[in-house]
Amino acid sequence: MAFLSYLISGLGLGSVYAIIALGYSMVYGIAKMLNFAHGDIIMAGAFASFFAMTAAGMPLIAAAAIAMVLCTLLGVTIERLAYKPLRNASSLSVLITAIGVSYFLQNAAQLMFGSDTKIYPTVLNGSFSLFGGQLSVSYLSIVTILTCVVIMGALTLFINKTKTGKAMRACSEDKGAAVLMGINVNRIISITFAIGSGLAAVAAVLLCAAYPSVYPTLGSMPGIRAFTAAVFGGIGSIPGAFLGGLMLGVIETFAKAYISTQLSDAIVFAVLIIVLLIRPTGLLGKKVSVKV
Amino acid sequence: MLKVENLSVRYGMIEAIRNISFEVNDGEIVTLIGANGAGKTTTLQTISGLLKPASGAVYLDGQDITKIPPHKIVTMGLAQVPEGRRVFAQMSVLENLELGAYYRKDRNAIEADLKNVFELFPRLEERKNQLAGTLSGGEQQMLAMGRALMAKPKIMLMDEPSMGLSPLLVREIFRIIESINQQGTTVLLVEQNAKMALGIADRAYVLETGKITLEGTGAELAASEQVRKAYLGG
Repeated sequence: MAFLSYLISGLGLGSVYAIIALGYSMVYGIAKMLNFAHGDIIMAGAFASFFAMTAAGMPLIAAAAIAMVLCTLLGVTIERLAYKPLRNASSLSVLITAIGVSYFLQNAAQLMFGSDTKIYPTVLNGSFSLFGGQLSVSYLSIVTILTCVVIMGALTLFINKTKTGKAMRACSEDKGAAVLMGINVNRIISITFAIGSGLAAVAAVLLCAAYPSVYPTLGSMPGIRAFTAAVFGGIGSIPGAFLGGLMLGVIETFAKAYISTQLSDAIVFAVLIIVLLIRPTGLLGKKVSVKV
Repeated sequence: MLKVENLSVRYGMIEAIRNISFEVNDGEIVTLIGANGAGKTTTLQTISGLLKPASGAVYLDGQDITKIPPHKIVTMGLAQVPEGRRVFAQMSVLENLELGAYYRKDRNAIEADLKNVFELFPRLEERKNQLAGTLSGGEQQMLAMGRALMAKPKIMLMDEPSMGLSPLLVREIFRIIESINQQGTTVLLVEQNAKMALGIADRAYVLETGKITLEGTGAELAASEQVRKAYLGG
C-alpha cells in the first residue's frame, strides 16, 4: 500500500513537472531556444495568485485565471522585448539573454515583494481512503493529475487538429518553408510563448497548493527539474514532456521514500544521464532522418 | 506580372547577384538557367522576400513588393517551390497540402483545388495519409509543387524541380509544369537542367556569376552556340 501511495504522490508531483516541461518543450520545438526564464514565470504566477487570494480575497479559480492572464502577458512581453530582437543571433546569445531575464525577474520580484517567504493559502486539503483505510489519497494529487491529463489532451488536439497547431508543427520543422506557406512565424512564436506561460501559471497554483511557500526564487528548482523532464522525454516532443515529467516525479518520490532524501536529486540526474546515453534524443525524441 | 529591376543581393561582402533585371509576363513560362553558384536560388529567394536586396526592386503586378514580409507576399499570389523540396517530413501529405492553403479562407475553393492537385498528382492522393518524409524524392517534389498550387498562385517560382530525380521522373515533372502553366499559372523556373528547361520555356535568361549574360526565347537560347557549349554539353 505504501508503494501505491508513493506512486500517486509521485504522479502528482510529476504532473506539475509535466505541465512546466510542456512549456519548455514547446518553446524549444518552435523557437529553438531554451527559455531559462520559464521557471520564473511560475514564480510570477505564484505571486499573482497569492495576492489575488490574500489581498483581493478572490476564490481559487478566479485567482488561477488572473495568474494565467498575467503570466501569458508576461511571457509574450518577454519574448517581444528580449528574444525577438535576437532571432538571427547565435543560440548562445539567446541562452545568455534567457538567463539574464531569469535573474531580472527574480530580482524584480524581490524588489517588489521582499525576499521573505509568504505562506500560500490552503486551497485544497483533505484526502479520501481506499482499501478500508489502508490507502489515503489526497484530493490535491488527484486534481493535479487530472489537470495535467486534461491539459495534455487539449494540447494534443490543438496541435494536431487546428490550423494554428499545424502551423506550429510546420514552424518547428522548417521555418523557412513555413514562411513560404504564408505563416507568420513571429505570430506563431508569440502564441507558443503565450501557451507555455499560461501553463506555467497553472503549474504555479498546483505547486503552491502542495508546497505553500512563495518567494522570489521559487521557480528555479521546479524549472530546472521540468527542463530535465523535457530533455528526458525528448525536448520538442509534447508526449515526451508529459512522459518525462511523470517519470521524473515518480523517480524522485521513490528515491526519497526508498533510498535517501539527500540523494534523490543525484538519483534523478543519474537516471537522466543513463537515458541520454542510451537514447541521446530522449525517450520520445524525434529521430532525425529525412529522405532526400 | 513580375518585374525585377536592377536587383543586387549581398552576403556580407560577397555580391551574389549584381544589378539583374528581367520580367515574366502573364501566362509565360520563363526560365533562369545557369551553373551552380550563379545566383539562381538567391534571385528566387529575394523575389519571395526571404532575402532582402542591397538595392533594386521587385514588382508584382506593378506593386513594389521588395519590403513586404515573405508571409504576406504569398497572399498576393506568389508561391515558391523551394530548392530541395522542403516538405514537412513529420506531417502527412494531406497536412502539407492544407498548409499550402494556410492563408486562404475560401473553404469550397480549397476543396476544389485539392481535387485538382490530386488529379495532377494521383500518387499524392494514394499516399495522402502517409508522412511526407516517407515519400520518394520524386513524390516529395510533386508534393512541394502541389503544396505551392494550394496557395492558388498567379505566379509560381520553382527552384530546381529536377534535382536528384531520374530522367523519367524529370520528364514527368516538366510535363506537369506545362499543364500547370496551361491551367493559367505563370511560371518562373530556375534550372540546371538547361535542356529540359529551354524545351518548355517561352523565354529564358542565362545567369552567370550573378549577372544576366544572355536572354531570348527558349528556342533561341537552345540554338545559341554559347549556351550549347556551356550548358547543353556541346
